[in-house]
Amino acid sequence: MSIFRTMMTGVAAAAMFAGGAQAADVRIAMVVKALGNGFFEAAGKGAEEAAAELGDVEIIYVGPTAPTAEGQIEMINSLIAQQVDGIVISANDQDALVPALKKAMQRGIKVVSFDSGVAKDGRNLHLAPSSDALIGQTIIKLAADHLPDGGKVAVLSGTSTATNQNSWIAEMNKVMGDYPNIEVVATVYGDDLSDKSYREAQGLMQSYPDLDAIIAPTSVGVVAAAQAVADAGKIGEINVTGLGLPSEMAGAIDSGASKSFAIWNPIDLGYSATMLVHELIEGAEAAPGAEIQMGRMGAITLDDNNEAAMSEPFTYDASNIDEFKSVF
Amino acid sequence: MSISERHIPDRLKSPLETRLKSWESLLLLVAVAIFVLNSFASPYFLNAWNLSDATFNFTEKAMIAFAMALLIVSGEIDLSVAAIIALASTAMGAAAQVGMGPVPLTLIGLGVGLACGAFNGALVTGLGLPSIVVTIGTMSLFRGISYIVLGDGAYGGYPAGFAVFGQGYVWWVITWEMVFFTVLAVGFGVLLHKTNFGRAVYAIGNNPTAAMFSGIRVGRVKFILFLLTGLMSGVAAICLTSRLGSTRPSIAFGMELEVVTMVVLGGVSILGGSGTIPGVVIAAFVMGLVTFGLGLLNVPGIVMSILIGCLLIGVIALPRLWSKWRA
Repeated sequence: MSIFRTMMTGVAAAAMFAGGAQAADVRIAMVVKALGNGFFEAAGKGAEEAAAELGDVEIIYVGPTAPTAEGQIEMINSLIAQQVDGIVISANDQDALVPALKKAMQRGIKVVSFDSGVAKDGRNLHLAPSSDALIGQTIIKLAADHLPDGGKVAVLSGTSTATNQNSWIAEMNKVMGDYPNIEVVATVYGDDLSDKSYREAQGLMQSYPDLDAIIAPTSVGVVAAAQAVADAGKIGEINVTGLGLPSEMAGAIDSGASKSFAIWNPIDLGYSATMLVHELIEGAEAAPGAEIQMGRMGAITLDDNNEAAMSEPFTYDASNIDEFKSVF
Repeated sequence: MSISERHIPDRLKSPLETRLKSWESLLLLVAVAIFVLNSFASPYFLNAWNLSDATFNFTEKAMIAFAMALLIVSGEIDLSVAAIIALASTAMGAAAQVGMGPVPLTLIGLGVGLACGAFNGALVTGLGLPSIVVTIGTMSLFRGISYIVLGDGAYGGYPAGFAVFGQGYVWWVITWEMVFFTVLAVGFGVLLHKTNFGRAVYAIGNNPTAAMFSGIRVGRVKFILFLLTGLMSGVAAICLTSRLGSTRPSIAFGMELEVVTMVVLGGVSILGGSGTIPGVVIAAFVMGLVTFGLGLLNVPGIVMSILIGCLLIGVIALPRLWSKWRA
């Protein structure tokens, strides 16, 4: 019989090990794409921050070990069974999760998707980290902030057919009227390849010796451009900025090749999504045109698809890069 | 007669004793223990609908595990099953894009499964290659094709009637997948335990050379087992695709290891030659109950994998340690 006893003790220990969570008034689950991803760990921190601010909220942070839709469905089924009050989710598949999340909503659970959205039928609302317009406005502002007397800037994009980058650049061009002293001299394409982006950046420096800044709205391009500027010994003359990941850009910030760059802040995103789902649980209605509060991040107004953008991308510079470079 | 004073038993233990000490009863006890523990650990566990939802954790994997059990008993293995799901699902997705109905989609799913199984079987039995190497190769090959076709995209838009396999209920909380699971469990149980084919599978697993000299067509039996495993992967692909309503190349990623875990936990020797279908059925329930129970307690997936790994090693090692200690 000792076999059975040993095994039962093992299982009981496992159950006790797991039973730490206590019931709070409101239980909100954050379902992420996969565990062990710094971006989502940071979003989870944001959710905890929101919970601490709200007081009566318990956060349940879960995610599958592999980033699959079926893994997330298992989690959703278990959360439905536990009768949680709200689910905040970043989806591995925008369609596959719809049946499970629909069931959750039928049982009265409020569903907010963030980062990677769920199709309209499967959620109450979707919170995008930012919008094309906000990103376009941010990337030119990043360059202009360090050029008080104006100057020449060039854009190093991804592929010429990339929908994202093209719409960001188009939005940037719409607000160029606000920066009369700044001239965009060229737009080149590095195809999101490190070596091609590096060569294109070198080409820009040769063609425009008086270039003041390179804007690269792609995480590959911005790193390559910073490297090209450093290798050409033009640190201090040319400021590289755009959209990048703190972990990859930390070196460029340290060397001064980049004074600042932007990307969404996962902590703010997790915080805002949690605040939104809490508002819905408290009775706020998710409908087109509705304005919903999200604590320190202000408020959003939902569009016709019940979607909204959180804010302009968050700016990273020497003052905060050390805090975020280990996060994502 | 003086001879009758010495009784020579025709078996060493009574059938009841053998049965009670068998692997299956040990596993059944574990399953019951986990069920009871879960009921105490979470107030949400004992709910018919919740338990019904939880069966999706294991039904699809178990369908493949039945065929895999026969394959492992025969001394072979197929690690490409999850990749076959990906390829079959991709083929069904492509067919759904051109407007095919549920019946042709089902046939395509089964057909791709069979074809992949035949490919594995031909390489193993035709060329005499080791199955573990062949199926590690085809694992990359089949899923690679899905990645080439889909990239980072997805197929959706399956016809409404197709949803019945993975989302439909037969009656109350009984899903179609549970019905398939039961029918396949009985079918494979009969095939392994009550037919000549099943005896041949055991014989091959214990000693392929002796089996060949006894007139068993070893190659043909193994080829049929690969076909069956491919076919069951096709069935699982149909259920999973129907349940998700969408196909991505990452579908069922890593499922092959869970299937093998289920088979080994069910008491099938990884070296071949022994194991039963009832054991695999109980192992499916054990794994389903553990994952659902831990899920209700919000145990992170990583910890869950660790616990299942420990359960597997524990269940395999303890009887061996026990017999060593007694000896």
